[in-house]
Order: sequence, then structure tokens, then C-alpha cells
Amino acid sequence: MVYLINIKLREDYSNLIFYLSPLVAVFLTLFFGSFIFLILDLSPFESFKIFFISPISNSYGISELFVKATPLAIIALGLSYCFKNNIYNIGAEGQLTMGAIFGGGIGLLFNDSTSIFLLPLMILFGAIGGAFWATIPALLKTKFNTNEILTSLMLTYVALFILDYFVVGPWKDPAGYGLPKSMPFPDAGRLPVLFDGLRIHIGLYFAIIICFISYIVYNKTLFGFKLRVSGFSSKASQYAGFKYKNLIFYTFIISGACAGLAGLFEVSGPIGLLYRDISPNYGFTAIIVAFLGRLNPIGIILSSLLIALTYLGAEDAQLFLKIPSAVGFVFQGLVLFFLLGTDFLNKYKVSIS
Amino acid sequence: MQTIVEFQNICKEYPGVVANNNVSFKIIKQSIHAILGENGAGKSTLVKILYGHVKPDKGQIIINTDLATINSPNMAQSLGINMVFQHFSLFESLTVAENLILGMSEKISLSKLNLKSETICNKYGFNLNLNSPISSLSVGQRQSVEIVRSLLNNPKILIMDEPTSVLTPEEINKLFKIIKKLVADGLTVIFISHKLEEIINISDHVTIMRNGKVVSNLNTKNEDPESLGYKMLGYKVSITKQTNNVNYLENVLSLNNLSSYSQDPFTTNLNKINFNLKKGQIFGIAGVAGNGQKELMEILLNENDFEFKGDIIFKNININKLSTFQRKSLSISYVTEQRLGHSAVPEMSLSENILLSMSHKSDFKKGDFINFDKINSYANDVIKNFNVDTPSFNVKAGKLSGGNLQKFIIGREIMSNPELLILSQPTWGIDAGSEAFIKKSLIELSQRGVSIIIISHDLDELLEVCHNISVLYEGSLSKSLNVENIDITKLGKYMGGLFD
Repeated sequence: MVYLINIKLREDYSNLIFYLSPLVAVFLTLFFGSFIFLILDLSPFESFKIFFISPISNSYGISELFVKATPLAIIALGLSYCFKNNIYNIGAEGQLTMGAIFGGGIGLLFNDSTSIFLLPLMILFGAIGGAFWATIPALLKTKFNTNEILTSLMLTYVALFILDYFVVGPWKDPAGYGLPKSMPFPDAGRLPVLFDGLRIHIGLYFAIIICFISYIVYNKTLFGFKLRVSGFSSKASQYAGFKYKNLIFYTFIISGACAGLAGLFEVSGPIGLLYRDISPNYGFTAIIVAFLGRLNPIGIILSSLLIALTYLGAEDAQLFLKIPSAVGFVFQGLVLFFLLGTDFLNKYKVSIS
Repeated sequence: MQTIVEFQNICKEYPGVVANNNVSFKIIKQSIHAILGENGAGKSTLVKILYGHVKPDKGQIIINTDLATINSPNMAQSLGINMVFQHFSLFESLTVAENLILGMSEKISLSKLNLKSETICNKYGFNLNLNSPISSLSVGQRQSVEIVRSLLNNPKILIMDEPTSVLTPEEINKLFKIIKKLVADGLTVIFISHKLEEIINISDHVTIMRNGKVVSNLNTKNEDPESLGYKMLGYKVSITKQTNNVNYLENVLSLNNLSSYSQDPFTTNLNKINFNLKKGQIFGIAGVAGNGQKELMEILLNENDFEFKGDIIFKNININKLSTFQRKSLSISYVTEQRLGHSAVPEMSLSENILLSMSHKSDFKKGDFINFDKINSYANDVIKNFNVDTPSFNVKAGKLSGGNLQKFIIGREIMSNPELLILSQPTWGIDAGSEAFIKKSLIELSQRGVSIIIISHDLDELLEVCHNISVLYEGSLSKSLNVENIDITKLGKYMGGLFD
């Protein structure tokens, strides 16, 4: 008897389950995550409490949650434009870095400025830096038909080395004891915080505004319609007479600009200067955030909060449970794995005969 | 006369449709049994049940004298049942022999298989080179591969789902000869079709299905096409007769010396194509698939900047360099051969599919925003005026049956008031009711002074609706023939590439 695994496309593929599957994925992550704690000889219940509840049990914790969720949401909202168009920009980390270099560079150039225009200029250049870095894979794809997954990823490492060059080279703080970091930005170049004593900053407003605009763009505008058509079928998009190459550029520029903004917010907000490790992989994690949020602007806001929690939980787990903070990445990986799994099972019927 | 298959009270319900409703009939061994019905009548579901592809809700199948449980195609094959599908499942880049060995349920060496296939090809007259890649074969040859693949499993019963829909008249004749020979050698053939004449020509018995039920079981020799058609549809199809009110003075579209020179081995190069399309004229381009239809459509639609020489003149404007969008803005409308994923997006609602083709029109936009009221009411009008069977414009296009979706697409284009409508295979694979409706709509459209080009492999369709027909053969276009006093033998010669 030969056993065959049959994988069949479901004809009545459910929309409801499509939107519920992130919850299923989170549940499965918690379930299987508890085994990780058991293997480590820790009580799953206590561990989950430390991981997911205690980090946000005070105002400081909630502020930190938004500090982490803001860049994730902004980047993921930008990425959703590409992903809806079936363009796989996975170089947001590089675009974030370029945004930090461009915007931060302005802050260092005018380091004795007290002008209220300094911060807006930095924000503008942050977006331009990210967008500029994203046009390179767009150009390569439209001119030479290269695979944007490879080029955008490789450019990430180029951007990280450029940042390295600046902070150990020309932009190194002369008073910084030779450490690879820049001078701090002037006060006029720092992002205002929302509450004294907490790190939560006005980047949050940007995230909400971008979410709102994206919602309108996707549901009400011709541009959003074009993105969705191209995402479903490039042939239908050609039939409609949409210029697919232009759409590739626009979506790369939008997602690059968002990533650049997030990068600038990190350096002019919580960090305050440029150094090597400005981002704990926000650009990559945002890919998970975008898909977990079903490429839906509101969903992305929710999923960014959840994933931000894994960052905080990992820090607390390291402190109190004495386990490596990489556990946070394990949880992110599990969520993505189960999400892809539930999506697959929703789309295809698997049977064994 | 021995019964080989007996269906007993087969029922199968899908959400919202009863596909098979108490279907019972017998098939005689070593005969050709046709199943006739419109698309959606339930004939495909029935044979898929026989082939183990679909599980019935109720009922049973008797093979020879035994009750058969058929849960999978593998089980069907072990009972000697094989099926040739309407849509082929061949690997384009592999050779014929490689495709054949992939279809074998038992292990067999390539040399043995070659020998076996050669024998079958020679015996029944399949003209196949086992070493050529599938991509180089014509549609008819691909079908031969599918049939040979089935025959290698030594079937007792062969199911053929709409086998002639993609073939030329000549290929159909050849196929029928092969089928008759196979039956003489002991095979039983179940033949699904909605073409009446064919059924008269080929089958011994015919079962007519309508709305999931068997309406009659007949001996074919007592029937004629009209009586079968009447029983299939339950009413007589009335076709508006084409009248000739073409304005021969006014040119709408002229192609001057259109040629293409692609290096791609899978494209046919066009060779100095010339024609003039008049106002209110329906111009048919006949010919076997793969003779340049795809390339001609590419050039007329201009989706990919396909390179060509010569000129396309639309109402005194040279549109060579104009994009699809610009051409649409000049009121040229298109209906492509592929419905799902080309002229409609299956995942999107019907009203969104209106916008798909109408984004060049300012009434559907408010600045950069979509005018939803407008697209919804337009979709509603199309649904009403073109008899599209759907509960609402919010239904996803992919949920519609082929005929309904095609009526929707053609209705969408007609209602945009085009001056020129270009269609490729407008009635391919759809039910007879929709087909008749579409033909009627096209005829009425031409009577309103709109010019139409139809590219089609279906000669009957062209003869029914067109004023003039030319044949495309290996990239060259024949002289145009007037349909009113057409010389069929000449048309036949043109189809075979004998131009004068």
C-alpha cells in the first residue's frame, strides 16, 4: 500500500479564517512555546507571565511597548505596499539604516543648530535616504529583471557597512574615547517625547497617520486598486493598461521612505546619536508584522504591538529567567511558522490516501 | 448487449447547486456513449465521480456486474477506467516519452515504454514523435499524447471530456476515426460534448442532461442535431440572423503590412498582414491555434511592447506606438482569450472588475479616488442587460461559471460604447445558452455601427456571426471571404494553408 499525500486547492477558501488565522498562530505559538520552557525546566505559566504580562504591567513598560511597536508598525505599513503588489522587498533593514544615515547626517551637519526646522529636515532626509536605497532594487528589477529579494537583501549589508564606515571614520565623536559612535544630535534634532520621563515619542503619531492614510489608499483610491490588481495577476494589470513598472517604483519608494522614517525616529528618538547597532532587526521583524497583520493597516498596528511584546519579554526573560534574549526571536519565528502553516491549510486541503 | 457501467441514483450537491440529481443510466460495452448537456448540466461532475475524482453524496456505480467503490483516480484506473481531460496536464519542457512515463501507474523501463507507445501510435495512427518536447506540439498533438497516455494503462473504459473543443475540423475527423477503431478493438468510450453534429456523427447512444438530471436516453441513429439541441436546451435557440448593413465607405481599422520577427521559437512570426475593417463590420479571423493568433492579439492589444513592422491605423490615426491604456481611451475594447486572470481578476468582485477595464474613463473616478456608486451601478446594468446569473455585484468574479463570466466581460465592454471591439475566442468552453446570447449581442452591436474583430478557432461561430472571414495560416492572412455566398471548399483550402 502506497500512501500519497494529496494537496488540493480549496475552492471555498474562507475569508473569515484568513483573518482569524493570526490568532490561531499566536495560540499555537504559546502552546508549543510552553514546551520550550518545560525543556528548560521552567514553569510555563510563570515564564509566560514574565514574558508577556510583567513587561507591560506599569506605565514605563507600556511606553516601551510603543517605543518598540512604532518602528515595527511604520516599516510594516510601508512593506505592505510592496507585498500587496507581489514585490518582495526584504531590505527594509538597509533602508532603515540609510534613513538613519541621511537624517542623522543632517543632525550632525547642523550640530549647533537650535532651529525648529532642524527636526523636520532630518525627518525629510530620513525618508529620502530610505526611499533612495529602495529605488536601487526597483531600478534593477525594472531594467534588468533582477530578483528584488536578493538585491534588496544584499543592499542591507551594504548600508550597514556604510554606517560602520561613518561611525568609525568621518563622523566619529572626537570626544568619544575612540568608540564607534557619532556626537549626540543637538536638542533641536531630538524627537519630542510624549510624556516626561518616558521614552514614547511622536513617531507614534506618524504610525497612526500612516495607518490611516494606507487604509484610505487601499480601499478608496485607484492607486490602491492598481496595487491589488497587480498583486493578483500581472496579466490583468496589463490588460487594464496599468504601468506595472511604475507601480514597482512607487511601492519601493513608499516602503523605503517608511523604513527610512523609522530609522531616523530611532536615532533621533530613543538613541540620540549614530552608532553601529541602531536597530535590533526591526527591518526584518517588520516582515513578520506585515504578514501577521494580513497586510491590513489596522491588523499591522495590532501585530506590531504583539511582536513588540516579544522584544520586551525577551529582555525580561534574560533578566529574571536567565535565558538568552534570543528566545524572543524564537517566538517570532514560531509565530511566522504557524501563520504560514495555517494559511497553507486554509488555502489547500491536505489528505492522505 | 452487455452493460459495462451502470449509474444508480447518483446525487451530488455543491453549496448552492445540485450538480447531479438522481442520475441513473446504463452504458453498453464496446459502444460510444455520448453525454450531452450545457455547461453546468452536471456531465463533468458525473464523469468525475466515475473517475474517482469526486465523491457522490448518494448512489452507486456498477461496473460489469459488481458494485464498485471508486475513491480515487488510482482505483478507477485499476478498474480499467481512464480519462482524458479537457485541460491537458502535460509538462511543457519534457518530451512526449517523459510525459508518458510519468503517467504510468506501474514501473516500466523507458525503452519498454517507447516500444509500447510506438505500437499504439502505429496501430491507431497517432502521429507523434516520442522525443519532441511538448512545447513544440500543436494542441491536437498534445491531445494525442494524453490519449496515448491513457491507452498505455490498457483501459476498458475511456472518458473523454470535450475532446473536440480545441481541434480543427480535420483533427476532429482524425480523432473520430481513432475512437471508432478503439471501440472496434473492445474499448468503451464515454464522450462528453455540447456540439450536436459531432454527437450525431460519433456516438451510438446519447444521454442528455439538464440541470443535473437525465432528461433522455436515446439511440443516436434516430436523432438529428435539431432534435438533440431542443432536448438539451429545453427550448429552441433563436439566432438573430446577421444582416448586411456594413458601411463599406468608412474604414475603422487598417492593418498595413504587419509583420513580426521574433527570435523566440515558441512564437509564430506574422507575415505582411493586411486588412481593412469597415464601420459596422464583423471580421472573423479563422485558423488553427498557433498560426499567429496570439501574436496578432498581442500587437492589437500592445500589452508587452511586442515588436512589429507595418502600421495599425485606427480612424486615420497611427496607433503603432500607443499603449493599451491609450488605445482603450480611443474607444477600442478588448476581450482576451483567457477570462480568469486576464480580462477579469477572479479574486475581485464584479464591480471591481468593471473598474479593471474602465479606469481610463473619467466617470469612474473622483480625482484619485474610486467612484464606487458609479462602478456598482454599471455592474448592475451589465448583470441585468446581459443576463448574468449572480446574486450581486459583490460576488467574486471567480465564483461565476464560465458562460456567466464571459457574458459579464463582454457586456462590460459593449456597454462602454466602443467603436471597435476585438475578441479572442469569445465563446470558448461556455454553455450553449450563453454562447447564443453572446452571438446575438455581437450581431446587435454591429448593427449599431460598431466594428468587431473575432479571432476564433470555431469556424461555425464565425460563419454564424461574421460578415467576412479570413484565415490565419503560419502567420499569413488569406484573402477575405464574404460569408453570405461563401465557398466552403475554398475556406477549407485556406484553413490548410492553400491560399490563392
